Amino acid sequence: MALSTSSNFAKPDDAFRAIVEAHRGLTDAQSADLDAALVLVLANHIGDLDVLREAIALAKRRTLDASQQQQQQQQ
Amino acid sequence: MAHANTAQAKTQFGYRRHPDQERSGANVAEYPVVVVGAGPVGLSLAIDLAQRGQRVVLLDDADRIGEGSRAICFSKRSLEFWDRLGVGDRMVEKGVVWSVGKIFHGASQLYQFNLLPEEGHKRPAFINLQQFYAEAYLVDRVEQLSEIDLRWRNKVIALESRNDGVALTIATPEGSYQVHASFVVACDGARSSLRQMVGADFAGQVFEDQFLIADVKMTAAFPTERWFWFDPPFHAGRSALLHRQPDDIWRIDLQLNPDADPVAEKQPENVRPRIERMLGHDKFEFEWISLYKFQCRRMAKFIHGRVIFAGDSAHQVSPFGARGANSGLEDAENLAWKLDRVLRRLSPEGLLETYHIERSAAADENIRESTRSTDFMAPVTRQEARLRQAVLSLAKDTEFGKRMVNGGRLSVPSVYDTPLSSGDRDDWRGGPQPGASMPDAPVTEQGGGSSYLTDVFIRQGTRFTLLEFGNGAAADVPDGVGTIRVGGEGGLIDAQGLAGKRYDAEPGTAYLLRPDGYVAARFRNAARPALEAALARASGLN
Repeated sequence: MALSTSSNFAKPDDAFRAIVEAHRGLTDAQSADLDAALVLVLANHIGDLDVLREAIALAKRRTLDASQQQQQQQQ
Repeated sequence: MAHANTAQAKTQFGYRRHPDQERSGANVAEYPVVVVGAGPVGLSLAIDLAQRGQRVVLLDDADRIGEGSRAICFSKRSLEFWDRLGVGDRMVEKGVVWSVGKIFHGASQLYQFNLLPEEGHKRPAFINLQQFYAEAYLVDRVEQLSEIDLRWRNKVIALESRNDGVALTIATPEGSYQVHASFVVACDGARSSLRQMVGADFAGQVFEDQFLIADVKMTAAFPTERWFWFDPPFHAGRSALLHRQPDDIWRIDLQLNPDADPVAEKQPENVRPRIERMLGHDKFEFEWISLYKFQCRRMAKFIHGRVIFAGDSAHQVSPFGARGANSGLEDAENLAWKLDRVLRRLSPEGLLETYHIERSAAADENIRESTRSTDFMAPVTRQEARLRQAVLSLAKDTEFGKRMVNGGRLSVPSVYDTPLSSGDRDDWRGGPQPGASMPDAPVTEQGGGSSYLTDVFIRQGTRFTLLEFGNGAAADVPDGVGTIRVGGEGGLIDAQGLAGKRYDAEPGTAYLLRPDGYVAARFRNAARPALEAALARASGLN
């Protein structure tokens, strides 16, 4: 099974909203705690190491792209 | 520090002058094998080689068995090896048997695990036994074997590699002398001087956190279980371990901060209040206190010409998982039969290369497992700590969280991916695959006596052995191969059906076992040509 990046939610806005609302009112530290637990819960639900690795690679590429862009803007 | 134990009388050995010390030049004594270091690994290797008929000189630079408990957990696999060496019973009689571990977070229990939840094995998952007892029993066994020449206060000070062997210069209280050996096995520990003499490096990772290890004597009603705490009330923010040994001795590990002062923290007056907080009383005495920064590292190559490294000299792990001494013993059982075959010219010297292949992969696995455990106990970054905390809190309510909590993954034998194995050609639903160690199972002798497969294997001479499950006539086996028959006429009786189940047996199923009890090949029907091919492969002949 490969990582699915097509849209899986019938109502993507509801899913995004559910995650956003979970963080409302939390400090950055509390938010980070919540994210850590959420990642572990979801990773276990997926239960496929290859998919997890693909997901990590995709997420990591995004953060690297963002930091490179930032650097270019600063130059 | 003061050290009173019942093995004391047996731990001091005298230096004795050996006639080899009179010899020099062209007259220097020659031996097939010299083993350097009389710890658990060197002693066990020497015994295995001697039982295979090899003459062994075993050198140790000290004149006594090391102090302190050091290694305490000996695995099922190690006990099965020691059974073959004739010392298993003594170890198990003295040791405390355990299989259950419990993990606590704060004051409450998170979960417990059982490392051997099934019946029908001769040996338990683990015993705890002070290393000095294990060494004392091994020395007793060495003294029964005329093939082994154990020389205390013999320190190797120089090593010269030659085409056909190694010249060793050995210092003694009465000056130095030389011996020549076809092979030298360095079992001289993590600070191996032989490793330095061959110029090999020892690369890896050092963990910043320090761990205080204390053995205390006390009478206590704790069960014989491995107890591990994350963030216990008595040692806030760090981890702790409590484990029983014989003689009312208890092993306690306490994680300290990276910046703790190692000299001060080791002082008994500073350790005492920490232990008092843990136990809730002061009715204990110290047997041994030590402070470590753990390291995970290994040599790139375990074989340097005719010098072979085994145990801590070749690889070092953090202790959470009992992977130090046990992996060293697995090195010894892996090397002994190969070295014996090469010395008898039954196999080419290339067979030894599979020792490096199999055991360096095992070292990598042990390093990976113990690194993960140590990282879990001492997270490196803030986010790592956060993820660890999330796992601990999820473990309260979820099964997956419990299984992610890493308070040490305990030693199990590696499955070798090795050129000595013949790959499966038949269909298997279970049973040990080629490269795995033989599972034990209870069997009944024709006369009605009960036994175990591991014992029957020993009676077959711990050589290449075909374990077959009854199907009329016995398989036609090549010369020199032992046979164990389960079922069929005249075979062992698998009364509980456990042997058949653990080997996924059908009538005609056969496993070719190596002399170290690992599976070389398996067949649904063992035809002679396939068996011969598998045997040649497992002997390093093709």
